[in-house]
Amino acid sequence: MLAAIIPTTTYYLVLASVLFAIGATGLLIRRNPLVMFMCIELMLNAVNLTFVAFAIRFGNIDGQTAVFFVLVVAAAEVVVGLGIIISILRRRPGATADDLAELRG
Amino acid sequence: MLDVIWLIPAFPLAGFLTILLFGRRLGEPLAGFVAAGAVLGSFIVSAGAYFDLLSLDEQDRQHIETLFSWVPVSSLQIDMAFLADPLSITMCLFVTGIAFLIHLFAIGYMHGDPKFSKFFLYLNLFVLSMTLLVLGENLLVTFLGWEGVGTCSYFLISFWHHRDSAATAGKKAFITNRIGDWGFMLAMFIGFEAVGSVSYGALNGAAEAGALSQNSATAIAALLFVGAVGKSAQFPLYLWLPDAMEGPTPVSALIHAATMVTAGVFLMTRMNPMIAAAAPEVATTIAWVGALTALFAATIAVAQTDIKKVLAYSTVSQLGYMFLAVGSGAYVAAIFHMVTHAFFKALMFLGSGSVIHGMHDEQDMRKMGALRKFMPITAVTFLIGWLAIAGVPPFAGFWSKDEILLFALVKSPVLYVIGLVTAVLTAFYMTRQIIMVFFGEAKWTSHANADEAAHGEEALASTAHGEFKPHESQPIMLFPLVVLAGLSIAGGLIQLPSFSFIPDNWQHKLESWLHPVVEVGEASIKDSSAYDNKELLALLAIACAGIGIAIGVAIYAKHLAKPVEPKILAEGWKYDRGVSAFMGGPGRKAFEAIAWFDKAIVDGAVNGVAKLVTGSAGEVRKAQTGNVRNYAGIVGVGVVILLVWFVVGRGVL
Amino acid sequence: MELLVFVLSSAMVLVGALGVIAVRNPVHAALSLVLTLFGVAVHFVSLEAHFLAAVQVIVYAGAIVVLFLFVIMLLGVDKAENLQIEPFPVQRWLAGIVGLGLSGLLIATIVRGRDTLAENEPLPASGDDNIRALARNLFSDHVFAFEFTSVLLIVAVAGTVLLTRKTSPAEKAAAAEHAARLKTSQGQKAEL
Repeated sequence: MLAAIIPTTTYYLVLASVLFAIGATGLLIRRNPLVMFMCIELMLNAVNLTFVAFAIRFGNIDGQTAVFFVLVVAAAEVVVGLGIIISILRRRPGATADDLAELRG
Repeated sequence: MLDVIWLIPAFPLAGFLTILLFGRRLGEPLAGFVAAGAVLGSFIVSAGAYFDLLSLDEQDRQHIETLFSWVPVSSLQIDMAFLADPLSITMCLFVTGIAFLIHLFAIGYMHGDPKFSKFFLYLNLFVLSMTLLVLGENLLVTFLGWEGVGTCSYFLISFWHHRDSAATAGKKAFITNRIGDWGFMLAMFIGFEAVGSVSYGALNGAAEAGALSQNSATAIAALLFVGAVGKSAQFPLYLWLPDAMEGPTPVSALIHAATMVTAGVFLMTRMNPMIAAAAPEVATTIAWVGALTALFAATIAVAQTDIKKVLAYSTVSQLGYMFLAVGSGAYVAAIFHMVTHAFFKALMFLGSGSVIHGMHDEQDMRKMGALRKFMPITAVTFLIGWLAIAGVPPFAGFWSKDEILLFALVKSPVLYVIGLVTAVLTAFYMTRQIIMVFFGEAKWTSHANADEAAHGEEALASTAHGEFKPHESQPIMLFPLVVLAGLSIAGGLIQLPSFSFIPDNWQHKLESWLHPVVEVGEASIKDSSAYDNKELLALLAIACAGIGIAIGVAIYAKHLAKPVEPKILAEGWKYDRGVSAFMGGPGRKAFEAIAWFDKAIVDGAVNGVAKLVTGSAGEVRKAQTGNVRNYAGIVGVGVVILLVWFVVGRGVL
Repeated sequence: MELLVFVLSSAMVLVGALGVIAVRNPVHAALSLVLTLFGVAVHFVSLEAHFLAAVQVIVYAGAIVVLFLFVIMLLGVDKAENLQIEPFPVQRWLAGIVGLGLSGLLIATIVRGRDTLAENEPLPASGDDNIRALARNLFSDHVFAFEFTSVLLIVAVAGTVLLTRKTSPAEKAAAAEHAARLKTSQGQKAEL
């Protein structure tokens, strides 16, 4: 009986939403910059999952193309972001996101 | 010539600008002649306008020349326009004529003064303002001139500003005038609110047609009278005029005898339909203020020792007569007296200037005497002025004063008695003055010794034997005296009364000339008992003059009795001191309270708003923590809110 | 069968995600991330996106996570973070609102709309395999984006190299002097 259930698009979308929410919460809770970056990656993966689910639902390959680009841009973003984190943490070793509060008004 | 009546103020304006730019280069005496020439130009244009008006029918004698639209603000439309009618042209004629004569006098009087051209700058500015005042077609142009003459009065009174007393007197004049101006402004506002315009045509027309409520007319007339009280030095705002004698004598002659102070009377006459439409108490108040001021000032003049102060208080007194006339409905008599007073008062001021000049700036009458031998022309002309002001026929003053007394009797016998008593006092103090100055023994020998010690070389140079001697003035100063003396003699001809021995076509010339302007307000006395007995009343007036002269001669010339000059009169009934005490004491407290209110409450409100803004900004600033996670959290919350809006708003949930 | 696959890989995804956000040691968090990425790759396969599944493993799990670990090791930020203490209490609230609100609303929306999505899942239209179809789409309809993306990668690399190089002593001196000048002008501004 259970085997007869085929996961529909809705299942994938729900999974993606939960993954996205977990990523957002993690971004707000964690202080280590690198872990915050990883939470961003979680969110991007949720989005990718959504795109692919819709791609197969509507028979349109454009969704997968979008995932391709998201992947590439995420890679570039990680490169630059880690470069920035390295620059900052070189000056102040052991800094967390809370320590970078120069914009305080 | 009526089309170019704007030249009447334009000439003095051109003179003012010329002297402003080139005054120092023109120097003495050319600057003076430029100024005098400008005023002469105005006089010629006024004369031309006069003849043009004469050629028109009596009903049509009114020409309005609009230069440009001055204040075009939706419902408030005020033009820079001039009104040429019998009243304004009469004023222009004698203002510019006497101003011209005084300019000539001043060229001689101000000789050697380092600020010679500046003096004529201000004089021309004054003539400009005065002509604007009288030619104005609406209250605002008149007000422009009104303020202008006040300002020039301030400049000219404090002309020798290094003298503290002169500077103070200038400020006093300006501030006291300002109090009157407040009344003028309020009257303008009420007039606009009631009629929608401030032009004389609209206001007087509405008053005449009965379109104006009596309350509005009363308010406007009363407030304009307040303005007149300030400008024409009536009680209680007269105290600037005696102090204004600090200015050079030509200034006293021009501004404080002949022209500026008559502006109040002119205004009242111009607005006579308004006074007629107002409550009768307004006219009664005007008459009583005038009469009491006349009496009050005459009593003070009796005890003054400065030659100019006597004339100053005399001016206040004669202005009181004019307001008495206005209040009694005798507008023609008021203008008549204004004109004759201008002649003989200017004459006497210029004469006193000649005396002061000849006595090397001595102004105390107790140090003069027997000057008729040394200054014959000055003495003769001054005596003519004396006879005119005392009210001795056939000199000008008698006819005008007699007419005022006639109307006063019709208005109220008490006013008439006050007028008669004032006439006696007038004759008395003027006789006292001429005896002290021109007759009797020479009291300036003691002054001569002091003068010699002080001036040394200068006194030696003026006399052959090292003795001080007063001298007659130069011809340019004597010429105006002679002209004004002639006018003082013949001035009465413009308005001769209906006495039996005067041919018909010589009677009441001024009245028929001014008729279209004053017909609404002029009181009609032809049916009263006073009118029937007017010859008798005239004889009574002559008798009063005679009594005054006789008492003066008896006390000061023949020394039959001791002079009575109580100190309180010399101090002007201590009125000046009272005002200073009030302003310094309770007045000051009131002003400080108002200043406190402004600082604490008005400024406090404004500053409070600013503090509120900075305070709240300081609180809001705390949201900027600088922490990235906080910002990210708030962004996330914003996303959630948007989602909620979408989900709920589109009915998904 | 599909359901089993779905459940297992979903479990991998969620466990990994929770691990990322809840684990104290950053190295452990990186490894949880790898688990999540694998789970997503399996999902891609079951959704007929084979190429993307491969790319996901190679690029994401193989390159990006390795990069993360390099940086963690390089900088020595592998010290554990104490999650009990939170300097800004409001942050927990914000996180709660965001997490619950977001997931709740999205799930509600999706569940509500499942009927519109519930028609039969059509099979992919073309007979090509996945790579060919993807390539055809990428190089014809989206060729511009593709070219710009290559430019973006070059810029990213160049930028990162610039950002992270060690400055020479001469540059350090110039930077110090610039900072000093900034300080004095700021000091003057503060005086005003």
